[in-house]
Amino acid sequence: MVSVEKILEKHDFDIEGGNFNKAGTVSTRIKSILKHRQLPDEIVRRSAIVCYEAEINIVSYAKKGVISLTVIPDKIIIEANDEGPGIPNIELAMQQGYSTANQQIREMGFGAGMGLYNIKTYSDVFDITSEVNKGTFLKMAINLI
Amino acid sequence: MDIAAIVKQLNLETRSAKDRLKNMVTGGYTGDLLSDVMANSKAGDIWITRQIHQNIVAVATLKEHAGIILVNSCEPASDTLDRANQENVPIMVSKLSAFELTGKIYSMLAEKK
Repeated sequence: MVSVEKILEKHDFDIEGGNFNKAGTVSTRIKSILKHRQLPDEIVRRSAIVCYEAEINIVSYAKKGVISLTVIPDKIIIEANDEGPGIPNIELAMQQGYSTANQQIREMGFGAGMGLYNIKTYSDVFDITSEVNKGTFLKMAINLI
Repeated sequence: MDIAAIVKQLNLETRSAKDRLKNMVTGGYTGDLLSDVMANSKAGDIWITRQIHQNIVAVATLKEHAGIILVNSCEPASDTLDRANQENVPIMVSKLSAFELTGKIYSMLAEKK
């Protein structure tokens, strides 16, 4: 665990499942926090993508969830914890192009099967655990050094 | 090249953030899949899409796009406009298809280089 004195920034944001009107607001907020810390553009850009995809996944599939941002001197940690259907086959879900999104989600331009793939691509450390009918937990780290 | 130059040359209609047409356009990206646009577009891009719902504003804000152009005369939803005005994201409407519009803007950007 991260020792408390090293934490430069720590925020928890609630995400409402199914509310596409608010989708992206938490990512926008997190991006502005990171920009305010004057972190390099590339780091902010990658964090925003990771955060956005995690947020969209919660909105698209879960009842509710929390995204946590932690900044410590050497990395940004983004965690996404949701109460939702869970992912039965993580290996399959990680494949680019695989999606269980319904028609409504796809019509809005989501559900292209790129979310988890993008998260993995743009984070330095990516960990996913999921339990069917309970929820999914994502932990991503982006190195600052 | 700023957005105003594109608006003028291609007869676009501006629907939001009319005071931001001086935003510089350094490139462009065409796509309707939000994850694709998130992953592959760049800051300063003009984003060409036919998605009209308010999530396009979140994507454009996060990616720091110069603006959004909706194709085939698609009109933005009213909550999209509210959010775009709040976030200062210019949204324009074109009569052209994504293919034609992309080609024209690509040429304009290439000429300026």
